[in-house]
Amino acid sequence: MSAGTVSPSKPPHVAMTAKEQGFHKKKTSLEGGNPLVWGIALVVIALTLGPVLYGILSGFRTNGQLAEDPAALPDPWVLKNYVGVLTNPSFWRYAGNSAAIAIITTTIVVVFGIMAAYPLARYRFKGREQIFLVFVMGLLFPATVAIIPLFILITKELHLGNTWWGVALPQAAFALPVTVVILRPFLQALPNELEEAALLDGASRIGFFWRILLPLSKPGMVTVGVLAFVGSWNAYLLPLLLLQDKMKTLPLGVADFSSEHSSDIAGVFAFTSLAMIPALIFFLAMQKQIVNGLQGAVKG
Amino acid sequence: MGPAVRKRLEILFFTAPALLLFLFFVVWPIIKAVQFSVYRWKGYGPLVDFVGLKNYVSVLQNDVFIDAFKHNIIIAIASILIQLPLGLAIALLLNRKMKGQSALRTIIFVPYVLAEVIASVIWFQLLQPKYGVVDTILATVGLHGPAQGFLGDPKWALATVIFVLTWKYLGLAIILFLAGLQSVPEELYEAAQIDGASWWQVQRRITIPLLGPTIRTWAFLSMIGSLQLFDMVWILTGGGPANSTNTMATFLIIEGTKRSNYGIASAASVILFVVSLVAALLYQRFILSRDNLTSAPGRKKR
Repeated sequence: MSAGTVSPSKPPHVAMTAKEQGFHKKKTSLEGGNPLVWGIALVVIALTLGPVLYGILSGFRTNGQLAEDPAALPDPWVLKNYVGVLTNPSFWRYAGNSAAIAIITTTIVVVFGIMAAYPLARYRFKGREQIFLVFVMGLLFPATVAIIPLFILITKELHLGNTWWGVALPQAAFALPVTVVILRPFLQALPNELEEAALLDGASRIGFFWRILLPLSKPGMVTVGVLAFVGSWNAYLLPLLLLQDKMKTLPLGVADFSSEHSSDIAGVFAFTSLAMIPALIFFLAMQKQIVNGLQGAVKG
Repeated sequence: MGPAVRKRLEILFFTAPALLLFLFFVVWPIIKAVQFSVYRWKGYGPLVDFVGLKNYVSVLQNDVFIDAFKHNIIIAIASILIQLPLGLAIALLLNRKMKGQSALRTIIFVPYVLAEVIASVIWFQLLQPKYGVVDTILATVGLHGPAQGFLGDPKWALATVIFVLTWKYLGLAIILFLAGLQSVPEELYEAAQIDGASWWQVQRRITIPLLGPTIRTWAFLSMIGSLQLFDMVWILTGGGPANSTNTMATFLIIEGTKRSNYGIASAASVILFVVSLVAALLYQRFILSRDNLTSAPGRKKR
């Protein structure tokens, strides 16, 4: 199955050490300081950050300023747009919903994921590879494919439409495959001696899981947790179908604000900028974990 | 209780929560999608109007869907053809000791961590006709975009979506390639330097071949992502103008939520799934399988 090769051959912490070694050892051919390299780096930075900075700065302008010259700096700087968003109760409600749904999703994914990965990594039993294959296959099913029946299942059969759980449960289910695929090799890489020693000391396998394996697999759990959180925080399609009014999340709020206030462009920029800043700070702080996770998924 | 029974119970205890959640919210809805796809159903009342494969026939004969399918293919191919050379070139140039390298990586990563919705709302504003900053900048060099704006002109809209998609995901390619480059053993470079290889020869003969597995798997993820594209198109164009940017996902959402044609929408989602699966299997068969060969025991570099 395709995703069989997607699975990491090494757990993220092993890849990390290799990378760190790479860092001091690296002194490849050309050293830095080459003007061409600097030039290209600057162009990349400008193209990458330009639109984001433009959005943030435009939030400090009035619509009049924007209409007069779209490509100018704020003059004078106005706080009105940002204050308007920050005093808008909907903004905080959307942010709260996003946070709640992301936390529920992440908790379920990490707890269920590590539990499932444990026997799949360290027990020998018939059907183990088949169960793992079920999860690997799941990598190919994004929520889009099942969205219509999911919508009906959640709104009409479970009556969880317009609730946090109605979004978090399916999101967690769709995040489980990548979680299990990343965690299993991570747990497999922990030395067998640890388990033997624990069992000799009279620990049960559950005791080993709880007291030794869980603390050791923290880096792996952080990685899959961050990935689940990012996925949930940025999700659009499932919330779009399931959430209305006061239950909306930030991405829905941003999209609505942008279409409802299409004449208030400065307001749209302020709303969008504020919606991205907390997430941006969190994700950049967690950058290493995200990259490790993605690398874990990409390493052949 | 014997140890074998106990072991079974433990396995059950550990795997049951994840398996049940997965079966209930992933497998079951997919089975239901297949079931809905053979009925005419508007979302209420029992499923009684069995129509066999008629929904599939009607989806496959619908020009809007066929165009949407073509757009997905164009997006998938363009993403790889644009992001691979650009990403590789930038990663190779940045893969050296230089001041501010880690800051640079963080910056490159910014578009990727933004929600697709947020990136799209920003670009939607930048690309507004006349009052958007893109048109303003073009005007300063004497160019002007299409009168209805880049997103409003059927000739430009798909290319514009691909442009925004490149902006959003190029950083991911660069970061993954850079990470892959870090694990190329330093000794190889030293040996090549001793042999008098030029920088360009080193990249071509050593770095890029060793990066092969990373590139192939990145391309796989990119392809699957392109086939499922929804959020960005929905915000930027809603599939328009004149259906020029629909994807299979926007098609099925419009049929399902706006027109309540659940049977048609489900048939489209089953087709989307089959397309992804076939693409994944072909990719696995013809491209990824090389990695399995080269990573066989006693792996030798060629």
